[in-house]
Amino acid sequence: MTGAPPTLDAATRTALAGLLLSVADDEFVIGFWDSEWTGIAPMLEEDVATSSIAQDEIGHARALYELLADLTGADADAIAFGRDADAFRHAALLNHARGDWAFSVARRYLYETADAVRLEVLARSTHEPLALLAGKMRREETYHLLHANAWLRRLADGAPEGRERLVTSIRTLWPEAHAVFAPVSGEDTLLSSGILPEPLAAQRGAWEGQVRPMLEPIAGSLPEIALDPAGRERRTDDFRWLHGEFTMVSASEEGAVW
Amino acid sequence: MVAERGELTELRIWEELGRISDPEIPAISLVDLGVIGSVSVDSERARVELLPTFVGCPAIEVMRSEVVERIGQLGLSSRVEVDITFDPPWTSERITPAGREQLRRSGFAPPHLGPSVPSEAAGLDELAILPIAECPYCGSRNTALENPFGPTLCRAIYHCADCRQPFEQMKRV
Repeated sequence: MTGAPPTLDAATRTALAGLLLSVADDEFVIGFWDSEWTGIAPMLEEDVATSSIAQDEIGHARALYELLADLTGADADAIAFGRDADAFRHAALLNHARGDWAFSVARRYLYETADAVRLEVLARSTHEPLALLAGKMRREETYHLLHANAWLRRLADGAPEGRERLVTSIRTLWPEAHAVFAPVSGEDTLLSSGILPEPLAAQRGAWEGQVRPMLEPIAGSLPEIALDPAGRERRTDDFRWLHGEFTMVSASEEGAVW
Repeated sequence: MVAERGELTELRIWEELGRISDPEIPAISLVDLGVIGSVSVDSERARVELLPTFVGCPAIEVMRSEVVERIGQLGLSSRVEVDITFDPPWTSERITPAGREQLRRSGFAPPHLGPSVPSEAAGLDELAILPIAECPYCGSRNTALENPFGPTLCRAIYHCADCRQPFEQMKRV
């Protein structure tokens, strides 16, 4: 947001752009899925909460797209709204429609815990604009994490139907949640320059170490997952539908501004 | 206009910023809210750094244009620039003591003091970690968190069991 982009060689710049895009797309897409609950959440408090969380996530995405735009000379709005669905690079976990409340709770929990691990690492990045933004985002994401955790407990300790739906959702989403840590192109370059202070594989290990003890007492033993290298590339009809929704205004009114 | 010494100009800018209200909570000024990171003036430009309370705060553009307009009206010889930055990050501890009192008088509990909520909170309960807020209407501490998310990103909703008023708290971040 401020200052000139630091001098980076072309390979590092490309790799950093890929990393920023992956994080930004995650935040953008989960924000839009959250916003699908506005007005129809199971209770008024959750209408407010999901809407507020959605606004946070889309705000984070915007700031990340702006960092990316500073780096590549592109326009942040064009990155967000001007790409085909297949050009998005969010994790496979975020390909599904919002589903029922238990599904959204399971996905939020998996995503927020993974995002917390990632942000802790990015806040130590040698790319200062990214480190500053990640540090600021962490303070806000803490509230999301608390919220996701509270709902996980509420459903897990509640009536059998809710618990059953939660367990089914956790087991369905578990393999795809790992895609938050799917490799990005040029990771070695990012590691050697300290832009990414810890390998994605190590981040995945740290995340699993945190969530298995929380989830396995609820959902039973969870399988070991072989990481899908294309975990950020496959798109689904659910996502194509969402993409149609969030590009509707920009597609019908070229150059529209807020 | 006669060239002023930079320091004097900075002082005038700070004074004017102290008269600009937060767009979402008009009782508090941008200075008391702590969103002014720095003011610096040289022969060409007057630069104000704005620190967003939340990354996605939609009021930040309103603040930016208000600052540009109001500082522009001071008739300075330098051009006005507003930069948005996360260096340093805004935290709720940046709110001044006067600002905390202004919040309270307009029905908002000020944020809790003390360190920010830890981020390694995956196993924690929100009710256990978010401390009690004092009712801004009657001063009671017999209050309960209704929702950590409120009408704007920076506000949570509480209820006072003594005076039976719902109230909002500016969140600690």
